[in-house]
Amino acid sequence: MDLLFTAAQDEFRAEVRGWLEANVPSAAPGTGPLPSLDTAVGFEAHRVWERTMYDARWSVVSWPEEFGGRGVGLMEWLIFEEEYYRAGAPTRVSQNGIFLLAPTLFEFGTAEQQARFLPAMASGETIWCQGWSEPDAGSDLAGIRSRAERRPPTGGRGPGWVLNGQKTWCSRGAFADWLFGLFRTDPEAQKHRGLTYFLVPMDAPGVTVRPIGQLDGETGFAEVFFEDVVVPEEQVLGGVDQGWSVAMATAGSERGLSLRSPARYTEAARRLVSLYRDRAGRDPVAAGRVADEVARAVIDAEAYKLHTYWTASRVLDGETVGAEASMNKVFWSETDLAIHTAALALLGEEAGLLGDDGRPGPWLDGFLFALAGPIYAGTNEIQRNVVAERVLGLPRA
Amino acid sequence: MRFGFDERQLAFRHQLRALTDKTCTAADQREAWASELGWSRARWAALAEMGVVGLTVPEAYAGLGLGLVDLVLLLEEAGRSGLPEPLLETTALAVPLLGDVAGGRAEELRRAWLPRVAAGDAVMTVGTGASPLVAGAAGADLLLLERGGELHAVEAPSTVRVARVALDGASRPAEVSWQPSPASRLVAGEEALGVLAALADRAAMSTGAVLVGVADRLITMTADYALDRVQFGRPIGSFQAVKHHLADALIRLEFARPAVYRAAWSLDTGDPGAGRHASMAKALAADAATGAARMALQVHGAIGYTWEHDLHLWMKRAWSLAAAWGDAGAHRARVLEQMLADPTG
Repeated sequence: MDLLFTAAQDEFRAEVRGWLEANVPSAAPGTGPLPSLDTAVGFEAHRVWERTMYDARWSVVSWPEEFGGRGVGLMEWLIFEEEYYRAGAPTRVSQNGIFLLAPTLFEFGTAEQQARFLPAMASGETIWCQGWSEPDAGSDLAGIRSRAERRPPTGGRGPGWVLNGQKTWCSRGAFADWLFGLFRTDPEAQKHRGLTYFLVPMDAPGVTVRPIGQLDGETGFAEVFFEDVVVPEEQVLGGVDQGWSVAMATAGSERGLSLRSPARYTEAARRLVSLYRDRAGRDPVAAGRVADEVARAVIDAEAYKLHTYWTASRVLDGETVGAEASMNKVFWSETDLAIHTAALALLGEEAGLLGDDGRPGPWLDGFLFALAGPIYAGTNEIQRNVVAERVLGLPRA
Repeated sequence: MRFGFDERQLAFRHQLRALTDKTCTAADQREAWASELGWSRARWAALAEMGVVGLTVPEAYAGLGLGLVDLVLLLEEAGRSGLPEPLLETTALAVPLLGDVAGGRAEELRRAWLPRVAAGDAVMTVGTGASPLVAGAAGADLLLLERGGELHAVEAPSTVRVARVALDGASRPAEVSWQPSPASRLVAGEEALGVLAALADRAAMSTGAVLVGVADRLITMTADYALDRVQFGRPIGSFQAVKHHLADALIRLEFARPAVYRAAWSLDTGDPGAGRHASMAKALAADAATGAARMALQVHGAIGYTWEHDLHLWMKRAWSLAAAWGDAGAHRARVLEQMLADPTG
């Protein structure tokens, strides 16, 4: 056991820190570094930031160099993330693509698909959203009804597919360029069989996007309608009718290591301690009532970090991480909520006030975002079922 | 950075598990709980033979000269198996404490006692002013006791020990009366504060390690029961309410585990954050174990509430160890205090 980073890793950290300090857009007090990415203006500002990172080869450090990365390992990726959050850098508008779709493209994509999609994703030129949930297929994702039907070659166009149906709760869907999603290709097949994973441009004829106002009033997600949308064969990812297993690879990424790096929570916990210090200076009795809640949240954030390094070491030793990803998902989503709930308790009645711009401040904004955590990427109830069945071996209902 | 154990450490745990599976069954524990001593000298001798008892004793005194990272999996195993022997008191606490003290008197004691400890012929324990009760005092031959900020070494015949009966039959606390003297004094002043602080940190981590093992056993027992017990025509483990209880307990455990291992590493390497790390470990492990106990009883239902069923052996361990050396709330308060004092944290 050796919990120290190597000299090379320390150097890598210093390089990341140096670049971020020089390049992260500076924040106005009490706001994020850029306008909210759930607005049209903010979305484009975040896209520009992705391009800035890409030009310096910092947007996807763990990817191979040929796709715009630096080919660094898992530990280095965690170091990068620690520095990214420490620097208060913008939310990654490309996160659905780089963290969810990219691992699937690396595993199942053809060489042509990788060359076509990965560099544009790394540079922010193409921002992706996810099309999984449907009005009648949420936690029961295998109940997907949106369908894809084979289309013979016609008028000089190769064979392809025609998509019809509706997706919903597509994060970034209001402004994204492309969508990755599951469609039913075999209507006779039961549940999770007969689904196929498609890559669809949002400006294709027949695609209609209807933004959905969120809890905070902004349009972070959207409904997407498909009406006879024509998609060529080369936009199928993985095998036809194999969409479920292809998608589950992405789900592992979403729940597991790659989307929710621990730095996100340890950095929020550090700010929580600082908020506590500030509040305790003014009213020690009121702050003291929240002390245990603060300590719990801070310790859980640290526990999540340690568990991530523990898991990363196992992965580097050649072990595979399967259903444990569901434990991660429950833990990070509840920790995120615990951190923000404690912060709001410290702020007291001020917590609910909006700023002059009508926007929630960082703690309230973070709280509203954290509330979604136990719901998206598979509700925590579904995750607990997975833990009980696949880790503890309890029978399916 | 490599956060994991090596082959030798894993093999040692495996070896201990093989021993406890054979000689520390629930029936063996019940026998120990009912005995006057509270543990078995034969099992202690077997543990000494294996090198477990003398693991932290320097090689010069016939021990293995290993550290807490080597010990932590064995403490966990002690919790998993419900081992009633004073491994925590002797090997995790008293031996390293004596090792921390400089000076001729301490060296004399090490020379006289440590080879006997490693051989399984002598047992040690520790007691601080924070509690009038000394765990494992009944069977101890040498006691390291704090009074008024000084640390003293007292042999059993120079003490009067009044045993208190605890709900947890494996914890044998006693009120110890003794007379401090210049001859018994090991260390005083600043240096004493330092070694006592190190003791408290080691105790937090070590009780945390045992609690991880206790929680692990409680969860495994309960999952087995939920697979086996049929109601409404199917195993109760197929009901979501039961699944979610178990999943939550497992999640609390799996996120406590690395925190305990990290604390062991920090204590071994003298990391400046070691105290905070030890407190985090204890807070997480205590909650994981008491939460697992609560869940285990609920899932077992009435049968778990009986004396006949073995569940209570581990539930009681969870409760007593969670309270020992500072409970979860006390350790959380300490973590926050230390973080507030650190302007960069």
